[in-house]
Amino acid sequence: MTARMDARFAKLKEEGRPGLVCFIMSGDPDYDTSLSILKRLPAAGADIIELGMPFSDPMADGPAIQAAGLRALKAGQTLKKTLQMVSDFRQADTDTPIVLMGYYNPIYIYGVDTFLADAKAAGVDGLIIVDLPPEMDNELCLPALAADINFIRLATPTTDDKRLPAVLANTSGFVYYVSMTGITGGAIASTSAVAEAVNRIKGHTELPVCVGFGVKTAEQAKVIGRDADGVVVGTAIVQAVANTLDADNRASGDTVEAVATLVGGLAAGVRAARLEAAE
Amino acid sequence: MNKPAAPNSFRTGPDEQGMFGIFGGRFVAETLMPLILDLQAEWDNAKTDPTFQEELAALGKHYTGRPSPLYFAERLTEHLGGAKIYFKREELNHTGSHKINNCLGQILLAKRMGKTRIIAETGAGQHGVASATVCARFGLPCVVYMGATDVERQAPNVFRMKLLGAEVKPVTSGHGTLKDAMNEALRDWVTNVDSTYYLIGTAAGPHPYPEMVRDFQSVIGQEAKEQLMEAEGKLPDMVVAAVGGGSNAIGIFHPFLDDRGVQIVGVEAGGRGLTGEEHCASITAGSPGVLHGNRTYLLQDGDGQIKDGHSISAGLDYPGIGPEHSWLQDSGRGEYVPIMDDEALEAFQLLTKLEGIIPALEPSHAIAEVMKRAPKMGKDQIILMNLSGRGDKDVHTVGKHLGMEL
Repeated sequence: MTARMDARFAKLKEEGRPGLVCFIMSGDPDYDTSLSILKRLPAAGADIIELGMPFSDPMADGPAIQAAGLRALKAGQTLKKTLQMVSDFRQADTDTPIVLMGYYNPIYIYGVDTFLADAKAAGVDGLIIVDLPPEMDNELCLPALAADINFIRLATPTTDDKRLPAVLANTSGFVYYVSMTGITGGAIASTSAVAEAVNRIKGHTELPVCVGFGVKTAEQAKVIGRDADGVVVGTAIVQAVANTLDADNRASGDTVEAVATLVGGLAAGVRAARLEAAE
Repeated sequence: MNKPAAPNSFRTGPDEQGMFGIFGGRFVAETLMPLILDLQAEWDNAKTDPTFQEELAALGKHYTGRPSPLYFAERLTEHLGGAKIYFKREELNHTGSHKINNCLGQILLAKRMGKTRIIAETGAGQHGVASATVCARFGLPCVVYMGATDVERQAPNVFRMKLLGAEVKPVTSGHGTLKDAMNEALRDWVTNVDSTYYLIGTAAGPHPYPEMVRDFQSVIGQEAKEQLMEAEGKLPDMVVAAVGGGSNAIGIFHPFLDDRGVQIVGVEAGGRGLTGEEHCASITAGSPGVLHGNRTYLLQDGDGQIKDGHSISAGLDYPGIGPEHSWLQDSGRGEYVPIMDDEALEAFQLLTKLEGIIPALEPSHAIAEVMKRAPKMGKDQIILMNLSGRGDKDVHTVGKHLGMEL
């Protein structure tokens, strides 16, 4: 329901703070642990959840998320199971928006119409599909919007003012600003350049703007959150999962807790963003 | 009839969206999209610019050695006892394969665009060597991504690239073959989008690459057509080429696509057989999907995860195929068939002994198909085959398979 996304951003606005958007890879390191992490995220401080759909060839991802996807696939994760995970999550949480993030091929093979119907029924609120630029809107973006699922577009440092309207045209839910030219987990060169870009995009749209790719610490979340409506953290969380695994990539008793602790710190960061900015 | 009516021409694709029917397209990250559009504009401009065409033709003549000869394989023809067999000798090109044709075209384009750094992916190393060569010739730094498995099995080509001044980066992610090298090259490109030109080696990837690479390789078919008219006064009955990504094949096929009497046959790597997982027959045993910027036939599982292929030939070891080939298959204009590793090995040896030409393992697949077809055809019929590369790089692999220690 797109209403769930809108309600969440309205609530954040009321609270006068940016949201924390947390990415985890579905099925990493296994279905049950991944579901436990997912269920724990809202209480730990996540306002919106991005759930990765593992793909064999993640061309826009750095080593940490590549490895997470491969662990999930090895543990038997499929797109069907990812949708099942959302369903399981929705049994207890009907407020936290879930956005599925990944690549187009698994959806194409699942069948676009069937996928959208199943995603809707499972309680998916939005999609971020890395390899579907506006030029390919007929593939999934327009059908998703017709099915009342947000299609969240990535805007990047190479998306200039001339191109921005095309990128924003069919975007809904929020705009995801990619903080740098690069892959997930890279380093942000300049937070002031990110702030400038966020404000430039806001000049073109009423939609909330979230910033991701490269945000790893509570301090960065705080600084980026001064201008952005949401801060996305992915690689750091996925790495926290990886750090707790044994030599055979099996979860330990610490896995869920390690993620919760990290997310708690990041949540404190975004909550401090506007407080200091106001000083 | 469920089949759509045949188009008036098979040579007008792709459309403005970069589609050949349902295949092709621009399935790339937003970061790359502005650059892809710039590239398309530059390409549209270059292909009608006489200066660009002249410069490319001059390099082709004096640097590559074009036109490559059309050779009547008399003894092979006699041995098979059927159709007359002609080879388009792309293996005589500078750097030893057809790959140089495309690299020269794209490096001129990269220079027009003001790019200062070149990246490329390579499987067998033929495209890597050709890329490193043109970078040396034009004084541009070159980074070649190569799967760690391939780095090991193609050591002589790795050394050649290094001699030519290129940096070879072994890719350990995934299974360390061509598909992983392409993923890593795309990651580099998205990170260094301002300075870097991605020199894709095959007729695949996001639009305009499939069209551009095809046009740079079409010189093969154009020359062959003229040369055959001169030698025989008629067109071939059949054109045969090996298909991995499919650049040598589309290069020889394309000028013949509207000559309906000419049969088009692409030969895929059947590896150790199509029943298992160890092959690279994307069209024969795969299904349409989206990877590396285009929709095309892919080897994949029921969840849309891409499989790793296998072929004795590293150059055919890719789980996809250029989108125009997918379209030629579905439109019925082209026929795509698999050849197994051992059949290719046998053809490799036969050609070496009968004609004194050591072919690469990639065109050895095409030769194996010619060996099946020629005997069933009349002596007045003609097969034209693209002998796309020479086999020096493969002697170690072949030796190993024949149980010889080199």
